[in-house]
Amino acid sequence: MATVKDFRNNVKPNWCPGCGDFSVQAAIQRACASVGLEPEEVAVISGIGCSGRISGYINAYGYHGVHGRSLPIAQGVKMANRELTVIAAGGDGDGFAIGMGHTVHAIRRNMDITYIVMDNQIYGLTKGQTSPRSSVGFKTKSTPDGSVETALSPLEVAISSGATFVAQSFSSNINQMTAIIEAAIRHKGFSFVNIFSPCVTFNKINTYEWFKEHIVDVSEFGDYDNTSRIQAMTKIMETEGMLTGIIYVNDSKPSYESLVPGFKEEALAKQSLEISAEDFNKLVADFR
Amino acid sequence: MISQLSWKIGGQQGEGVESTDRIFSTALNRLGYYLYGYRHFSSRIKGGHTNNKIRISTKPIRAISDDLDILVAFDQETIDLNYRELRKGGVIVADAKFSPTVPEPSELRLFSVPFTQIADELGTSLYKNMVASGASWALLGLPIDVFNKAVEEEYGRKGQAVVQKNIEAVRLGAEFVISLAGGPLPDFQLEPSDGKAKLFMIGNDAIALGALAGGCRFMPAYPITPASEIMEYLIKKLPKYGGTVIQTEDEIAAINMAIGANYAGVRAMTASAGPGLSLMVEAIGLAGMTETPVVIVDTQRGGPSTGLPTKQEQSDIFALIYGTHGEIPKIVLAPSTIEECFYDAIEAFNLSEQYQCPVILVTDLQLSLGKQTAEELDFKRTKINRGKLQTGELPTLEENSLFKRYGFSEDGVSQRVIPGEKGGIHHVTGVEHDEVGRPSENALNRQKMMDKRLGKLNHVKVTNPIVVDALHKAPDLLIVDMNSLGGTVDEARGRLDIDGITSNHITVRLLHPFPTAEIAPYIAAAKKVVVVENNATGQLANLLKLNVGHSDKIANVLKYDGNPFLPHEIHSKCKELHKQPVKELV
Repeated sequence: MATVKDFRNNVKPNWCPGCGDFSVQAAIQRACASVGLEPEEVAVISGIGCSGRISGYINAYGYHGVHGRSLPIAQGVKMANRELTVIAAGGDGDGFAIGMGHTVHAIRRNMDITYIVMDNQIYGLTKGQTSPRSSVGFKTKSTPDGSVETALSPLEVAISSGATFVAQSFSSNINQMTAIIEAAIRHKGFSFVNIFSPCVTFNKINTYEWFKEHIVDVSEFGDYDNTSRIQAMTKIMETEGMLTGIIYVNDSKPSYESLVPGFKEEALAKQSLEISAEDFNKLVADFR
Repeated sequence: MISQLSWKIGGQQGEGVESTDRIFSTALNRLGYYLYGYRHFSSRIKGGHTNNKIRISTKPIRAISDDLDILVAFDQETIDLNYRELRKGGVIVADAKFSPTVPEPSELRLFSVPFTQIADELGTSLYKNMVASGASWALLGLPIDVFNKAVEEEYGRKGQAVVQKNIEAVRLGAEFVISLAGGPLPDFQLEPSDGKAKLFMIGNDAIALGALAGGCRFMPAYPITPASEIMEYLIKKLPKYGGTVIQTEDEIAAINMAIGANYAGVRAMTASAGPGLSLMVEAIGLAGMTETPVVIVDTQRGGPSTGLPTKQEQSDIFALIYGTHGEIPKIVLAPSTIEECFYDAIEAFNLSEQYQCPVILVTDLQLSLGKQTAEELDFKRTKINRGKLQTGELPTLEENSLFKRYGFSEDGVSQRVIPGEKGGIHHVTGVEHDEVGRPSENALNRQKMMDKRLGKLNHVKVTNPIVVDALHKAPDLLIVDMNSLGGTVDEARGRLDIDGITSNHITVRLLHPFPTAEIAPYIAAAKKVVVVENNATGQLANLLKLNVGHSDKIANVLKYDGNPFLPHEIHSKCKELHKQPVKELV
């Protein structure tokens, strides 16, 4: 059985020292191993941005696509081979700006995919512009007088889009991240995992210390029921989205693949491409 | 007896023009006639003039006719808009309800039949289209049982009572018109056909069927005119073969999903028209860079922007060939007949896997939507070739090494594995990369990788990159076209023959990589080259000039008003160009 070592490769990430993405990468590797997966059973599909490079840093099949489209590619992979564990990953710009349309629809569609967003509230690879997650007043190269746009609340969007698994974590807490990603992989449907992953170079506001001060874990809520959509939404609003843990789970909704008529358990990629002469003649007869 | 005839039905959109046309042509097809249809419609659901024209012949035909023999009109607007198209002695069958008139004195025969009144007496005015078609069918004197069978198939799912009412409507319409005309019109009697029911389909049907036979099992797509029929066909048929269609949130999702599925080993395609293609361009570049096979269908319609969504045009050529930033290998195939739509769909999938690059299958609206008779499709030609896809067990990779997915090779095509295979782990990225897919900015590697990817096109072998009809060694004219225009050009050439102007004809089927070597000798041999195309800037002609040269003797015949060419238009333009000295052509 594969261990966490098997999910490591010898590629040195080009992230800045101290970047939150290092721990996210480690958590994904640990989670894959503890679920009992082999590297070849995992496909990591990533977008563009600092965090988008993650697919090259994990020893598994990896596809680094175009900006904002990791989810469409990941869904295509899943439809082609539902036996694979498909993990989509990217940053908040990738998922909530250019790729927001796909995020909402992938959530609605509910394929058995895990989507990890490394949320640092800024554009890092392009050297410090505002993101949809930046707070009002946040000064960046593209908002020198401070952002005037409302920051997006991804958790609210996820829940209102019909998500069946919504979690949030913080890259300082590798044990929680690992446990959440493991649960996300095991969840039979679309799992949305937002991770606060500080940018140490360009975001001097939302720092590790800042997050530590502001976040509260769902375990601190006492009788919190994460199967209640209303409670989840209430707590997200009460904390202004600054909560961690598995916030909402719905295990009763079947995944997209299991609802498609005629869709088999066996990977589509392993099925025959050919049709019989008899079938062909029948198909052609429709046009007589 | 006549060997061919053109019939048109017109009215307001939503009035039954489509269903009437469907029944009428199904019956003619069953009788063994060759048919070629044209739909004039607008981008709306109800209201607005619409008409369908069918050309009926005892011999194969691939063009609409210049004129019209019978016009069936549900309203005066239909007459006003279309009567000029009727030939001398042509017939109008119109609803008596609106007291039809022919706007100016002409040699037309008008039969005013109470479509609506007869239908109302049967219970609902919905039957008026059957009264109308019964009347026009009776004038042709064709056997009624075949027609009634087609009516039964159209309305069978609504129950026997509805079928009977419709058949009754057909009978009453026929009786009424015969009482006016005194019998079937002697000059409208078609020669008997060969009696064999043929395939009768639109290009989009043929592409969808070809894709299915060619192993396509997944189609993510976003609805758009004139491409939607492809996804609508496949969603009906794919579940039986384990596959499916997903209606995505947009075309960007569609192409990326198709890329993901192909990467993971399933033959997947998407289909769209100009606006959707524009959205897909970045991802097509990704497929080129990552050498991921993918098939994209572009059914050209009037552009730019929303343009003329329901009209004929061929203006995407340059966008398809050059529409990506950077330089990628790409194959652009342009079928020119219904049958080619079928075979090319299969070939597109084979090429995309053999050369590991995006393949665009481009049609035009008339080819995609014009319903026409097709030759029998040959199952034996549905062979699947997956190129260098590795299917057996792979050798174990050494620690910290990856599968050489982009390994250099003589033909530039590398071995390919799909996720899930042990020993096949590699990276894929749109960033320039090395042989295992790791990002690399090394200058030497960059050059080698560019040469490898682009060099694949040097080896592309496509069945019939051009269709050639070249009887003459040094013809007065070489006429070049693509997609649906070949049939119309051939009719024009028949008339040029009579004028004593010799012509050869080439239809370009492979737009990229351009079949320069194949075309060049024919260009060189012709006194003049006339490129006929439905766009304003002569894109195909420019492609020819760019690749083959001879720009001094290449002339354009262009039409971009949204309507397909008629044979007489090409004929008269070619005649004019023939008279012009070569130096005045350009």
